Amino acid sequence: MNLEILKHQLVPKHEILSSKEKREVLKKFNIEKEKLPRISVSDSVVKVIGAKPGDLIRITRKSPTSGKAIYYRFVVEG
Amino acid sequence: MTIKLPEKIEKEVKKYFEDEKIPEKERKQIEEKVIKLYKEYKYSPEEPVGVITAQSLSEPATQLTMRTYHFAGTAGIQVTLGLPRMIEIFDARKSPTTPSMMIYILQEFQDIEKVKKIAEQIKEVKVKDVVKTTTVDMTDLWVKCKPDMSKLKRYGIEMKTLKKKLKVRDGLVDVDEEENVIIVKLKKKDIAGLYKLKYNFLETHIAGIKGITQVIVLKEGDEWVINTLGSNLKKVFNVEGVDTTKTFSNDIFEIYSVLGIEAARNSIINEARYTMEEQGLGVDVRYVMILADLMTFEGDIRAIGRYGISGQKSSILVRASFEETKKHFIAASISGESDGLRGTVENIMMNQVAPIGTGSFELIGRIPEKKKK
Repeated sequence: MNLEILKHQLVPKHEILSSKEKREVLKKFNIEKEKLPRISVSDSVVKVIGAKPGDLIRITRKSPTSGKAIYYRFVVEG
Repeated sequence: MTIKLPEKIEKEVKKYFEDEKIPEKERKQIEEKVIKLYKEYKYSPEEPVGVITAQSLSEPATQLTMRTYHFAGTAGIQVTLGLPRMIEIFDARKSPTTPSMMIYILQEFQDIEKVKKIAEQIKEVKVKDVVKTTTVDMTDLWVKCKPDMSKLKRYGIEMKTLKKKLKVRDGLVDVDEEENVIIVKLKKKDIAGLYKLKYNFLETHIAGIKGITQVIVLKEGDEWVINTLGSNLKKVFNVEGVDTTKTFSNDIFEIYSVLGIEAARNSIINEARYTMEEQGLGVDVRYVMILADLMTFEGDIRAIGRYGISGQKSSILVRASFEETKKHFIAASISGESDGLRGTVENIMMNQVAPIGTGSFELIGRIPEKKKK
């Protein structure tokens, strides 16, 4: 059942970024990681994909206006 | 700099080319024009979209019905709509007044009999739903129940398993399989507790999923779905035949705990949009999206209002201008907070140029050096 939540219509694709990709994203937006939107380690999806605090997650959303939208969330404790 | 069109617009342009059989030469021109228009319609940097969002959402919200109506005689489940539902969503209430689920069924189970069976499995069954008669004996202090055997059979409950399942506070349950009666004896010799025992016993849950009080089988397009009153996603996902990729609830906090924050964001958008559209009000999704992004920014669901986003802003003047002015000023002066005057509201109060639009930049001119003679 745990893996099944990733297939749910409401859940967009979550990916953990490698440290190289992470640096690139932070450089692209010229932002510190603490200022990015957050996601908790206890979040159901984070548990399934196994991300740890400090990771950056790329979320590929289906958007009703633009078709595809990319969003980033920073994994925090809590 | 070249601007890339969003996926959706690009697809639409391509589809237009194919449908209208536009020659190759003109395609490039049209594409350039689309890009030009797209650029024009984009919000410019530093545009105060938050203020625009607030106005675009609250004006239609004034048109929403204050109270929900009850339609007598219609099939379906009556869910809170209109303004009360809107307040529920944006205040991030822990549970909606009328929790409801829409359960989709897998292709293999798309048969009215099978769907009805799933619906019966899901619906909560209490002792009172299967009992024909109850008798209370005041002298010997017991409650006797005669269950309806046909109903027990329909819900798939056997007399043998009943004894294990039934547990009542202050009572001892005894099942007589030969005569098909259930006797509950009171532990303490206390007449006052007898009616309470009867009530507790009749309210005991024996089958189905707790909290789901109503189920209705509906036809949506050409597939059967189950609409419920009461919500418990986790348990429903474990029922055989339920499509776990589509089934959803209107309880945003439940979606958050089962499917995570991104699903909760999508759910906020869908619920807010549905409530607006149901009342015939068109609000652009973009505004609802901004609001949902803001509510889920911290990784959990925050309300919009005093205890949520507005109450947690960093600037004292902004917090004080919203609600509870004195409280914020007193707390700030005790702890010696300072305000950097970086936001819009603070600067408007101070009669300064607010950092929005062209106010976000400062122009420094270079004075040309005087020519040496």
